[in-house]
Amino acid sequence: MSLLRSLALVIGLLVVALGAGSVPAAAQNDTESLRPLINALADGKYKETEKQIGDLAATGNPVVAPALEALSDGDLYFRKSDKQVFITSKSGEGYALTDPLTLESAGEAGKREVSKIKVNNSLRRVIRSALGSLTLMAADPKVRKEAAEAVFKAKDPDAIEGLDTAIAKETNDEVRLVMEQARAAAVLNSDRSDGEKLEAVEVLSSMGNRDALSLLIGVRDSSTGDLQAAAATAVKRIEKTLALWDNAQNIWYGLSLGSVLLLAAIGLAITFGVMGVINMAHGEMVMIGAYVTFMVQEVIRNSAPGLFDYSLLIALPLAFLVSGAIGVGIERGIIRWLYGRPLETLLATWGLSLILQQAVRSLFGPTNREVGNPDWMSGAFEIGQMTVTYNRMWIIFFALAVFAGLMLVLKKTPFGLYTRAVTQNRRMAASMGIRTPWIDALTFGLGSGIAGIAGVALSQIDNVSPNLGQGYIIDSFMVVVFGGVGNLWGTLVGAMTLGVVNKFLEPYAGAVLGKIFVLVFIILFIQKRPRGLFALKGRAVEA
Amino acid sequence: MMTSFLFRALDARAGLFLIILLALTVAIPASNLLLPETSPLHVPTYAVTLMGKYLTYALLALSVDLVWGYCGILSLGHGAFFALGGYAMGMYLMRQIGSRGVYGDPLLPDFMVFLNWKELPWYWYGFDMFPFAAIMVLFVPGLLAFVFGWFAFRSRVTGVYLSIITQALTYALLLAFFRNDMGFGGNNGLTDFKDILGFDVQADSTRAGLFIASGLALALCFLLCRALTRSKLGKVLVAVRDAESRTRFLGYRVEHYKLFVWTISAMMAGIAGALYVPQVGIINPGEFSPANSIEVVIWVAVGGRGTLIGPVIGAVLVNFAKTWFTAALPDIWLFALGGLFLGVTLFLPKGIVGTVSQGWSALRQRSASAAYEAGSDEPPGSPDAPADVSHKRASSDASPQPAE
Repeated sequence: MSLLRSLALVIGLLVVALGAGSVPAAAQNDTESLRPLINALADGKYKETEKQIGDLAATGNPVVAPALEALSDGDLYFRKSDKQVFITSKSGEGYALTDPLTLESAGEAGKREVSKIKVNNSLRRVIRSALGSLTLMAADPKVRKEAAEAVFKAKDPDAIEGLDTAIAKETNDEVRLVMEQARAAAVLNSDRSDGEKLEAVEVLSSMGNRDALSLLIGVRDSSTGDLQAAAATAVKRIEKTLALWDNAQNIWYGLSLGSVLLLAAIGLAITFGVMGVINMAHGEMVMIGAYVTFMVQEVIRNSAPGLFDYSLLIALPLAFLVSGAIGVGIERGIIRWLYGRPLETLLATWGLSLILQQAVRSLFGPTNREVGNPDWMSGAFEIGQMTVTYNRMWIIFFALAVFAGLMLVLKKTPFGLYTRAVTQNRRMAASMGIRTPWIDALTFGLGSGIAGIAGVALSQIDNVSPNLGQGYIIDSFMVVVFGGVGNLWGTLVGAMTLGVVNKFLEPYAGAVLGKIFVLVFIILFIQKRPRGLFALKGRAVEA
Repeated sequence: MMTSFLFRALDARAGLFLIILLALTVAIPASNLLLPETSPLHVPTYAVTLMGKYLTYALLALSVDLVWGYCGILSLGHGAFFALGGYAMGMYLMRQIGSRGVYGDPLLPDFMVFLNWKELPWYWYGFDMFPFAAIMVLFVPGLLAFVFGWFAFRSRVTGVYLSIITQALTYALLLAFFRNDMGFGGNNGLTDFKDILGFDVQADSTRAGLFIASGLALALCFLLCRALTRSKLGKVLVAVRDAESRTRFLGYRVEHYKLFVWTISAMMAGIAGALYVPQVGIINPGEFSPANSIEVVIWVAVGGRGTLIGPVIGAVLVNFAKTWFTAALPDIWLFALGGLFLGVTLFLPKGIVGTVSQGWSALRQRSASAAYEAGSDEPPGSPDAPADVSHKRASSDASPQPAE
């Protein structure tokens, strides 16, 4: 059930992701009409060259960009015979010629047949700003936006005019905003009037990110009067919003860590909660799930590379089945002989975890195995001032989906009913005709299977090695014990709380110390509430 | 009074064990130092050090058995007390290096010079004196155990919960000691020791001396445990193990008994760690790893918990096997260790010593009843044995049996 739900979810989102991929190609037209302008560069002194560069830039056609770059680098030559201009590169004794517009090869020329178009530093500056404004007018909005961002970083006062024309022409609101911000940054860096600078401060202050902040701090520290006051208020405002975003980012990271903990712990919560069995080999079930993913990807790489994006979807049911089957095997073979002796169960399953680890090490080698991210899991996007990576986001959704599915199984199916009955009162359940040994085996299989699908998810963010499981086992126990045994809501709240608390401690105490604090906190918490946050209520006196 | 307390603990079996232990403690170093190397009875120095290490492990196993076998507290964090004792000794040994370190600083150990520290942290003061370090070997693990136990037992954390938080405790310490700014050498730990009490740690005679010290410490702690478990206190401990609530209802302050034996056990583990470090020549945070602590538990389980001889035998046997396997068949060792965990819990819940002594008393009982049936006057062994329904626990042996 949980599987179906998560499958449907993942497929739905996959379709959305595939639809948004294509980017319109930049149109190229009437290139040839530019050729006279380019060839005009062949004759002329610096002054004329400067004018010609201006003419080229005024066309607003990005096709001329390579020629201008070559000119700036001193690679633009003209052929003496017909005054044709070429981009050149050294080849043996002579030069290899490239057409500056089509960028196709145009044969070779001897050393004496061509002559370099001269360029100096002031011309280079002209070329640079011309290039900047050229890309600012490119057909592709993405290129325009990147160009504007580049200007923002360079804060080049020379780019202001180019930006002005670009802003006037711009039709895309988003790109215009970036351009205005770039203009503001350039204005603040120029020697323009305070009035214009005040406007620029206003623009930057509404931008509200770290780049704007550092610019404004620079203004605040170097200016006087109104401008300084305006910059100071803007800095304060931005710092306030940034602090809020920082908290949001921390919560996000915390939830992400919490969902990883939840995935690792949720299977444990079932086996521990229902049967009181401490399964120290639980981490190895996670590890096996990760290795199933690895195997699936290997098979897909070798036989059907086109299916790679679906590899995780294929791995999910397989991991569930493999880990679940191993879980049932463990229960039937080992654990059922040890009921009523929890401490010995702990030791036996620990021994089992050693064996499983070494078995995987012998089969797959001790090194990390590479599990690839499908396209829809890689990359990131931004919400305001915080970055969200797709793999973390999917894992949060996935963890919640698994949790919801498990809740459904436990609350709405006959199997869940039997399981809860056995949890609450084993002997009474047996008297009512429930085959408790079967329930035990299936529940253990379910918990292990869920550990397996957790392994599929964790293979995306962690190294797949025989030690994968060990890294999670103590944390998972902490989550289960903190949340309260036998209560899945407790596990959810426990995992998310520990995740968020961990991430909030990290900036102050460092990752390791933060973790130590959390451990000490749990040790103290257990003293206060020995049965966890959400303890099962009952009349049973502890044995 | 103390001596009578200890000597009362001696019976035939314990006496025999102690005599063998002490004989080995004398014989092995003697053969190493006195016999020529060509003699077939000569024990090479590396073997002396190895066996010395086993003895410290045996002491650690004994301390775990005291709380697990007799009080039902399964500690998955005794490695922490062992390592803390080891660090206390390691700090003394570091201070003994003096200006002979790589950087030649008269006061600061090498790693502090490397980290560009200017002065010695306050908690390193005093460790240049052996008596202070020796007290710390007992005090630091004891204090940690006391504080931890005081909280844990008072709020009645028992069973697997306690096991898990002891594991969390040692895990937290592992993470802490890995940090460089803790001032304990971080990842590399403390090593490169030169001498102990003025003797070169590498010398044969020092190694023999450390072996003897380990043997004596084990013998003394064995005697102490024996006396503790046979006293009235020991009976209460067993009662706590088998029926904690009932013992509490009878009016015993269960948490006090637990706390006492827990702290004693931690101190014993500290001694073991302190003797381990100079023999091995290094102490690093790896000793805190939870896997180590669990391994100690399996030594106890193999030998037989609830018996004091068992853990000693278990520790030596398992570690001997480990040394042999990791040299001859390194890939197999984890399979063997894992199999040991499974085999012992499934098929040998009483461990070697427990099973043997159970078999022995069963044999004696059968011959006694056979003699009775044959017309002899002797009464049958134990009246309750045939009536006992829980066949797993059926035993007329006077020595306490393990239970959860």
